[in-house]
Amino acid sequence: MKKFDKDRLILGLAGPALALVVAFLLTAVVLLLSNLSPLEPYRLMIDQIQFTDVQVLIVNQTGIYYLAALAVAIGFRMNLFNIGVDGQYRLAVMLAAVVGAAVELPGPLHVLLIVLVAMAVGASWAGIAGVLKTTRGVSEVVSTIMLNAIATSLIAWMILPANLGVRPEGSNDLNTGIIAESGWFPGLALDGGTIYGFTFVAFALGIVYWFVLNRTRFGFDLRATGASESAAQASGVDAKKMVLTAMLISGAMAGLAGMPMLLGQTHTYSLSFPVGVGFTAIGIALLGRNNPIGIFFASLLFAFLDKTAEGIGLEGYPKEIALIMQGLIVIAVVVSYELVRQYGLRRQQQKVGEELAAQARKKKEVAA
Amino acid sequence: MRRITRIATVGIASAALALSATACGSKSSSESSGSDDKGGKAAIAYDIGGRGDQSFNDAAFAGLEKAEKELDIEGNDAEPSEGEGDPDKIQRLTALARAGNNPVIGVGFAYAPAIAEVAPKFPKTTFGLIDDTSKTGPNIANLVFNEEQGSYLAGVAAAKVTKTNTVGFIGGVETPLIKKFEAGFVQGVKDTKKGVNVKVQYLTQPPDFGGFSKPDLGKAAAQGQLDAGADVIYAAAGLAGSGSIEATAKAGKWAIGVDSDQYNQKGLAAYKNQILTSVTKNVSGAVFNLIKSVQDGKPQTGEIRYGLEDDGVALARSNPAFTKMTDVIAAVDKAKADITAGKIKVKTAP
Repeated sequence: MKKFDKDRLILGLAGPALALVVAFLLTAVVLLLSNLSPLEPYRLMIDQIQFTDVQVLIVNQTGIYYLAALAVAIGFRMNLFNIGVDGQYRLAVMLAAVVGAAVELPGPLHVLLIVLVAMAVGASWAGIAGVLKTTRGVSEVVSTIMLNAIATSLIAWMILPANLGVRPEGSNDLNTGIIAESGWFPGLALDGGTIYGFTFVAFALGIVYWFVLNRTRFGFDLRATGASESAAQASGVDAKKMVLTAMLISGAMAGLAGMPMLLGQTHTYSLSFPVGVGFTAIGIALLGRNNPIGIFFASLLFAFLDKTAEGIGLEGYPKEIALIMQGLIVIAVVVSYELVRQYGLRRQQQKVGEELAAQARKKKEVAA
Repeated sequence: MRRITRIATVGIASAALALSATACGSKSSSESSGSDDKGGKAAIAYDIGGRGDQSFNDAAFAGLEKAEKELDIEGNDAEPSEGEGDPDKIQRLTALARAGNNPVIGVGFAYAPAIAEVAPKFPKTTFGLIDDTSKTGPNIANLVFNEEQGSYLAGVAAAKVTKTNTVGFIGGVETPLIKKFEAGFVQGVKDTKKGVNVKVQYLTQPPDFGGFSKPDLGKAAAQGQLDAGADVIYAAAGLAGSGSIEATAKAGKWAIGVDSDQYNQKGLAAYKNQILTSVTKNVSGAVFNLIKSVQDGKPQTGEIRYGLEDDGVALARSNPAFTKMTDVIAAVDKAKADITAGKIKVKTAP
């Protein structure tokens, strides 16, 4: 039994490793095709790591991606494809920013309120897709994509100065007002910059995620429903309730994805608040195989590609290389996981066959 | 046993992370170099759309190019990524300032928070901020324009030229800045000819800034307005505006360009005959002036406003078909005189 686990670990690592190698090679091919040095950009990117400010940027971005990818992973575990993480994240952070700017409470309470609002908004936005799926059978893929578009329009309307927005004097930007200092989450100040305090909360949530999924009845039900809805139902799990709950938790987690940036950096939601986090997170959750440690390293890798791309841009290389690489990783991941899975199955069959053959031989010997 | 090892792994991973963040970093990228104080380098960081948008960013680049030629400096530029946030902009500006560029110019209001954070760290570097006055500082020059005045003149021209009594306005992204263009244009049309119908359409809503960068959106919007009977279409939409110009020109109607004199843009040469005029925003001049002021040792700071009176905004006259329309030109000139004399007040919001 123990030996089998080691095999599984090796196979588990082989998937992402194969994907990364393939993506790396394909990116080199793209670079060669566009008459650029295939290795120089990588060297420049690795050069960037020695700068403390780039390190801080990478760590901060890792935290943001980690939260968003956990949100996606919760859905994946349940066989739910929550593509709406981006919309849930944006709507949640916007409304949390509005509430945060409107009130003034003693420090921890203020932060807690903002975080709770973000979770509630994210959960309810994802909950719409959950309710549609459980009551009407609407595919969550379709409904969450549509909810993304609705969130965009809703935010655009709400951020108008006539509604909830504020236009700072002399600016062409719109924001939701600045949150008072009691609502800022203290960070870890280093000489390269400040690591958002919420980044540590993000990593702690990774442990919570692992514990709930693997060590609780609820987590077991969730995984069971994801593996086979009818089987889970037969064993007494209310599958519909699980779909809705998983959607709500995924949405709440998506809402948290905006917190590191809101509480640690901007203290307001403005027109230039980052978008697209929820989409990148899908690739990260895939690469990390929905495993909290896997997702951590996948987030770190994507953050590294993002933040060091700036450096190669300044050296005259197109920084879209990082984006191409991210895209290739996602494609390669899907292919390589399938390959590794098939290889694993074959290997398992072989092993079982060998064991059976050995047993049969033993029996024969005994009989003889 | 297995549980303990996995908990231990998570623990080690987070500890390793904390360590890598605190201990291993010995040097900050902002402290290296920058000692090369000959002032021979200037840089611009682009807004969404980047270089090649035939419009706003290209205008900034033109200013940098001119400075390279006339002032013998080294120009650098950096592109943004889609959907990026303030930390990315801070990183970009820091990298440019660190490399010894002076001035460092952020093209577009989105750079305001980033400049406010980076400028104090490089007190000897001048930072230019285009289209925003919300963040100020001793080494920040806020380069702003009265876009509504130029757009008003475009409205006057459009109202004079239209035969169907329907004109169109296409805004890239519904932001306060683009609303300034709309306000001026609509007011110009209405003041000139009462019964003209102005169709207003925005391509995207923030935070989706695709309306500044996707020509297909501009093309579709222009097509819709043409179908609705518009025969003059003014697009203030950056790169997306080129799609609108294409559709309008193909239909044989008049297009009005924005920011750069789009009649002279190489990328739009195929449609130039139908580009009636452009509301130019002298971003290139503003960029050049700022670089020159730094070279001369008297860097600009505070609000530098460009309007009709100094041709900071203007209506281009490079299309001969436009200059031949003497009555239109006369009306535009009169409106310009009235605005500069303060007789006409142009609204900045619709």
